Amino acid sequence: MRYNEKELQALSRQPAEMAAELGMRGPKKGSVAKRRLVKLVVNFLFYFRPDEAEPLGALLLERCIVAQEEPGGFSISFVEDLSRKYHFECCSQEQCQEWMEALRRARNEIRKMTGKDPLEQFGISEEARFQLNSLPTTHGRTACIGSQLDVLD
Amino acid sequence: MKLNERSLAFYATCDAPVDNAGFLHKRGGRGAGSHRRWFVLRGNMLFYFEAEASREPLGVILLEGCTVELVDVREEFAFAVHFAGGRSRPYVLAADSQAALEGWVKALSRASFHYLRLVVRELEQQLAAMREGSPANALPASPSPVLNPRPKENGRAVWSALPEQPTAAPQRPPLPPRRRASASNGPLLSFAQLHEQYGLEVRALRSQWRGGHTGLAGLEVSWHPSESGGTHTQDQP
Repeated sequence: MRYNEKELQALSRQPAEMAAELGMRGPKKGSVAKRRLVKLVVNFLFYFRPDEAEPLGALLLERCIVAQEEPGGFSISFVEDLSRKYHFECCSQEQCQEWMEALRRARNEIRKMTGKDPLEQFGISEEARFQLNSLPTTHGRTACIGSQLDVLD
Repeated sequence: MKLNERSLAFYATCDAPVDNAGFLHKRGGRGAGSHRRWFVLRGNMLFYFEAEASREPLGVILLEGCTVELVDVREEFAFAVHFAGGRSRPYVLAADSQAALEGWVKALSRASFHYLRLVVRELEQQLAAMREGSPANALPASPSPVLNPRPKENGRAVWSALPEQPTAAPQRPPLPPRRRASASNGPLLSFAQLHEQYGLEVRALRSQWRGGHTGLAGLEVSWHPSESGGTHTQDQP
């Protein structure tokens, strides 16, 4: 499947929801746990070798299942193949709990479950959303959505 | 970079409702013509298939950090998905009608988490500015800070850094979506309510998720209408 890898790499450099060095073991039988810098950004989990700037890989977290394994350890697997588990070892059960909650929150699907856009239900009109011209630039990007959508409305 | 492509493909074709779907013309690489593809938007991922019935996507465009602009190029109803930093070329897409074009531009503009965070940040700033302007306004115990615009070092999410006000009930129930305010009762109160209501709902949802409830019925949060009368107002300052 083709995808815009450069943008995925750029995403891995964005501020993370959670980041920590954890033990990580891949789903293949016989794989060994290795220390990885694990970084949660929006609905992706990136993992790096601890001293490297480019991620080794990324896991899209949609439709994932997060489960407690041994104390202080959790796994991520996916709905279509529950036997393939990515294992993570934390330094404490508390850290493990924090990660599991963060990973579950990370899925976009949770927003869908409620059937509600979290902003719309509070009467925030569409126009207000698209008035982003006044926003400061973030990471050098300007929010030009607003100016274009005025034309449509 | 490794990516769990198999999971991606399953996500692309799963039964869950999509944010938008339809045919678009996608321009190929430099100089190549455009192909009509079936596009499916789910969250911050825009998948494209050879045909509507295809079982696997040809590709996916990660939409985080993108901006969407109309283009006035040789194709009608065309728009482009741009990424900053000059890393990737823009994706130029064309819809079949004005209505489809508008639908796609709106849906794609809202597709990223980044976008949601921008809006939240903007609301926070507006709230802070208004609070400074009216310190005497009767707000419940003022939290400080309401939401942290950047994820904190200890890993707490923007959404979870909410004020602990379990007993503060909102004074007005939220309006149904898309309703305009007819009279303004003072925008400051509305923002405080927005934050509180949102915070209460998020906390209720979180405790539901922890309890393992997945049904919609378990996610209702009951609102307590205020004793005083007055018009429903939700005005954007």
